[in-house]
Amino acid sequence: MVLNSIEKLIEKYDNAETSLAEEAQLRAYFTSDNVAPHLEHYKPMFVYFAQSQNEQYTKDVPLKPKRTILYQWISVAAVAVLMLGIIVPNILGPSQEEIEQRALAMETYNKTMEALSLVSLGMNEGKQQLNTLAMVSDNFNQGIEEASRLSEFSKTTNKIFKNK
Amino acid sequence: MKQADFVSLVMPFKDKVFRLAKRLLVSHEEAEDATQEILLKLWRNKEKIGDYKNVEAFSMTMTKNFCLDRLKSKQAQNLKIVHSNYTDNSSSLQKQVEARDSMDWVSRIIEDLPEQQKIIVQLRDIEQYDFAEIAKMLDMNETAIRVNLSRARKTIREKLTNTHRYGIK
Repeated sequence: MVLNSIEKLIEKYDNAETSLAEEAQLRAYFTSDNVAPHLEHYKPMFVYFAQSQNEQYTKDVPLKPKRTILYQWISVAAVAVLMLGIIVPNILGPSQEEIEQRALAMETYNKTMEALSLVSLGMNEGKQQLNTLAMVSDNFNQGIEEASRLSEFSKTTNKIFKNK
Repeated sequence: MKQADFVSLVMPFKDKVFRLAKRLLVSHEEAEDATQEILLKLWRNKEKIGDYKNVEAFSMTMTKNFCLDRLKSKQAQNLKIVHSNYTDNSSSLQKQVEARDSMDWVSRIIEDLPEQQKIIVQLRDIEQYDFAEIAKMLDMNETAIRVNLSRARKTIREKLTNTHRYGIK
């Protein structure tokens, strides 16, 4: 009777009219050990179906969380900000304040230079006066030499006086 | 949607996606790549995942379309992943032993079926979806599916009977 119902089910199965429950029944019958010899050729089919169900997907799927994408963009933004920091001041050029400051510095420099040149002028004059002083000292030395000659003269005069 | 939510959503049917991909693409590696591709596609569109009524059915449809596209581009490159060495009589002992394995017969017979029937056999006989679900996944009506399934089953049975009767071809 079991065989009879299985045969009927098989026929329905071939016509794709079986329900899932009936197919489960067939599968249970054919995966068991006591299959009728004339239905033996169905066995591999059902055993195969049962085996195929156990095949699994074992590979890991690299699911990237969104955060890392955000982090990447943060570094890009940082670089952009840095570049802007370098480039923008160069493009805009010096500000009004800087120009004023520079002009002020230039003025101060010029004034200082003027004062310094005045000082150097005075210095030069002083140097000329020093020259005259040197000439005076020269004459003075000559005077001293002549004076020493005079003292020599007086020495000899003294000797003469003594000899008298 | 967090990664953990996504994984728990996808977990129940990722093996089914893989098996369908393998049924169509034959190669284990190709099927793994395809599965990964499908899961990544789902992950990328995770905001929209809530809108789908049945994520599993949707994924199966995606898998089917993806694999058929793959096969089409393979054919365009003239690189068919079809085993053509079944009838090689001077095969090695190893191959003969393999050929005797009846499980292999079945998989080869299924491999020889037209794509449509392959998919239906996979979804019905292996994954055990009911006809309404398969109809939704494949965008076909149930009668057409029954007709195709019946044809596929009869072909498998016939070939199996022949092999059974005459031994290895």
